[in-house]
Amino acid sequence: MATLNVLILVCLGYVVLLFGVAFAADRMAAAGRGAWLRSPLIYTLSLSIYCTAWTFYGAVGNAARSGLEFVTIYLGPTLVMLSWWWGLRKLVRVGRSQRVTSIADLISSRYGKSNTLAICVTILAVLGGTPYIALQLQSITLSFSIFAEADPSGLYREGSSVFWVAAGLAMFAILFGTRNLDANERHHGVVTAIALESVVKLFALIAVGIFVVWGVAGGIGPMMERIDASEIGQWNVDAGRWTTFIFLSAAAFICLPRMFQVMVVENADEGHLRTAAWAFPLYLLLMSLFVVPIAVVGLDLLPEGSNPDLFVLTVPLSQGNDWLAMLSFIGGFSSATSMVIVTAMALSTMVSNHLVMPIWLSTQEGSGSVSGDVRNVVLVARRVSIAVIMAMGYYYYRLSGGGAALASIGLVAFAGISQILPALVGGLFWRGATRTGALVGLTVGFVLWIYTLLLPGMGGAIMPDTVLQNGPFGWGWLRPQALFGIEGMDPMVHTVMWSLSLNTFAFCAASLLSFPSPLERLQGAQFVNVFDHSVAPRGWSGSVAQSEDLMIMTQRILGAGPAQEFFQAEAHAQGGRTSLPEPTPGFLERLERELSGSVGAATAHAMIGQIVGGSSVSVEDLLAVADESAQMLEYSSQLEAKSAELSRTARQLREANTKLTQISEQKDSFLSQVSHELRTPMTSIRAFSEIMRDSDGLTPEEQTRYAAIIHDEALRLTRLLDDLLDLSVLESGRVNLNMSGESLSAVLDRAVSSALAGSRSTLTVRRARQSERIPLHTDLDRLGQVFINLISNAQKYCDAEDPVLTISAHDVGGQVVIDFTDNGSGIPPEAQSMVFEKFARVGGDKAGGAGLGLAICREIMQRLGGEITYLPGQGGAAFRVRLPMAYQQAAQ
Amino acid sequence: MSESEDRKPQRARPSLFLERQSYRRRRLMDAARLLPILGAALIALPLLWPNQTSPEDGVPLSSAMLYIFACWVLLIAVSLVFGFAARRMSARDDSEAESDRWLP
Repeated sequence: MATLNVLILVCLGYVVLLFGVAFAADRMAAAGRGAWLRSPLIYTLSLSIYCTAWTFYGAVGNAARSGLEFVTIYLGPTLVMLSWWWGLRKLVRVGRSQRVTSIADLISSRYGKSNTLAICVTILAVLGGTPYIALQLQSITLSFSIFAEADPSGLYREGSSVFWVAAGLAMFAILFGTRNLDANERHHGVVTAIALESVVKLFALIAVGIFVVWGVAGGIGPMMERIDASEIGQWNVDAGRWTTFIFLSAAAFICLPRMFQVMVVENADEGHLRTAAWAFPLYLLLMSLFVVPIAVVGLDLLPEGSNPDLFVLTVPLSQGNDWLAMLSFIGGFSSATSMVIVTAMALSTMVSNHLVMPIWLSTQEGSGSVSGDVRNVVLVARRVSIAVIMAMGYYYYRLSGGGAALASIGLVAFAGISQILPALVGGLFWRGATRTGALVGLTVGFVLWIYTLLLPGMGGAIMPDTVLQNGPFGWGWLRPQALFGIEGMDPMVHTVMWSLSLNTFAFCAASLLSFPSPLERLQGAQFVNVFDHSVAPRGWSGSVAQSEDLMIMTQRILGAGPAQEFFQAEAHAQGGRTSLPEPTPGFLERLERELSGSVGAATAHAMIGQIVGGSSVSVEDLLAVADESAQMLEYSSQLEAKSAELSRTARQLREANTKLTQISEQKDSFLSQVSHELRTPMTSIRAFSEIMRDSDGLTPEEQTRYAAIIHDEALRLTRLLDDLLDLSVLESGRVNLNMSGESLSAVLDRAVSSALAGSRSTLTVRRARQSERIPLHTDLDRLGQVFINLISNAQKYCDAEDPVLTISAHDVGGQVVIDFTDNGSGIPPEAQSMVFEKFARVGGDKAGGAGLGLAICREIMQRLGGEITYLPGQGGAAFRVRLPMAYQQAAQ
Repeated sequence: MSESEDRKPQRARPSLFLERQSYRRRRLMDAARLLPILGAALIALPLLWPNQTSPEDGVPLSSAMLYIFACWVLLIAVSLVFGFAARRMSARDDSEAESDRWLP
């Protein structure tokens, strides 16, 4: 019949089948076919790795011991699934948007990508997973032993079989779980294989249940009667354990690394949760439907003292139904294998990403130029960690003696892993949760769990009985199973109550008292408000990153092909022609996510940080950025000032240029005027001198006349040259003033007499002599020159019948004002502004002046600290001379 | 929303009350949120039952089983209904849900 050899063959055949399914599913997914691989049904079935060998065998054992209490382990997850709308949906969304690879990665990512936290969660998960793996070993070993009893060859030995089961499962997990590297890429193969296994175990359990109800008990009615008549036939549940276990299983359902793996990491579509919300509770219901009947029938049929944990196997065997027993064995085996595969995958990812890689990276000095192939390092790390985890499970089994009931070991693991719950829930819903809070809470819960549950459970070798009885050092209030002197509690309830409540308290208190780093706050906002903005935080500034180094590093992690593909696509998206993209923040962010799929968020962050130089957003960076922008502001304001100054200077230069151009034009016109003025007398001088030289028959009168003309013209030239010289001396400022004092009337007397001397004109000069008694101290000769000029102008230009020049003088506030007004027609308005310019002559050349007189007057008056202006509207031409009574040096 | 308000001040004023459909959907979501609480209450109810003190009194296990599994089936059924309703709604008005968030 079912000998041990057949059993081993069946196991191997089953494993080969699983490999085949996984391989085919991977092929289909790669070929793009098989949309059903990503269907909600597969997702729901993969969630059922929650039901391990413990629930397959242990639930019946639990029911046989304490009635309906077993159902709590299924009710907790049911409640969690029912609250998917505000719980799991958020978790899955966060996991997908942050490309989280494990629960340690999630916690680390939430609290500022802290690797310390990731290490803590990893250690907790490994330690919590160890009893669980021991549980799988125990269940498989026990089921083997059942068949071994029936095997006549008697070759079976328990000790060695545990070892071989552990080694086989390790091999299996290594082959299955570490085939492809990117943990974030969905493992279609593994997930499909798990889905198949969940169908197998459900089918096996239901088959046994149907056999028990209809084959043994004879229908539902008799079965119910049998249940009520059995020794567990009354409702007898401890309220503390009932609520605690429901809560505990709900917490573990979220926090268990393998559950996180299938629920969040392997999730392909958020919408699958909608189906899983009712389908998974249904699966759990079906799994637990026949547990009590099997337990009751087992208690009835089997002899006293047989292990209730194995009723699922022993009941069909005792009825001679070997094939059903074989099916049931495969169900248990598949529960154990699926749990071990996924747990090993999840734990090894955590260990390699958060323990091995950071250590390995820190030993590799120097930036991106890491030697060796990181891919290999990661793979080896994962394989070794799977082996180590399985070895730990094996030793836990040996240490605990394998005697304890399956359910209690499972609950120990649940209580351990649930310590993550406060940090997880706090991180998802409370922005104020900080890294310090999470660390402190985890540590408190973890230590309490080890002290009150794990160590006492491992037997006297690790924790002596005296400590258990009297507390360490005789401190009674620290007894592991009666903290603070509260006795009489169930050990499980005691641990869960104290560890989780103190964990939560420490988490909240430390969070309230500590201050998060900027990255933590950023991540906190991203997690809590994930539905508002499902994007990763930005932070890399790629200014110093070298694409080539990044490429080399990425090749080592993702492999040459995928890395080149990724870079090519990025370069293409950036529109570049080379195969290397620019290290823009967006590109670095995507690269980090891509890498975090393989090595975890914190490690990927650190690796890119090593190459890019400078971490993401640190306070220092922010300050530097702030400084920089302040400097930019200052610089730009400086630039602005400079540019204003420049434009001012440019304007001044333009003005100067205009002035220069004007002056140059003036000079040109002055020169042309001068040459014109010089040419006229010169022409007549030449002409008359030529006549006198060439003509012989000139009368003496004619000679005299011609000589007089030449003389007059020469005089005119001399006068012109004198005037020009005078003007240039005055304009250049090199004039010497001979200061002396006299009264104004004396100066005017001299000027009038010299101006009118030898003239034939009839100009009458009217003066008010009493007002002219003003003492002056100035250059009297020059002032006289001005007066003479003005008087002779009146004499020349006044066109009245009886020309009259009125000279009046006033003393106005320390200044002498002398007006020269004639009764002529005056100067026309359009010429008024021009009279003081050089060579400006009004009314033609009749007076024979060069037009320099008034220009010279103006220059002289400026030198003397006064001015000369034309007074319009006085009836005739009127000039006003204004000068200080005493010449002041300052005026120069 | 404010943009359209600026453009058409006379008609774009959002109404104080939701449309009947949106209102139904909100209440359905409320129901989904309340479902786990209802579940917890139903599951905690057996704790009020008298524990076995003598073989005669107390609740027989078969009745307890029937109660627990009946509650379970009920919760699954409600969740199933909600799942289908949510799927139908999200398929029907994905765009509406966006603007809906702003309404009071």
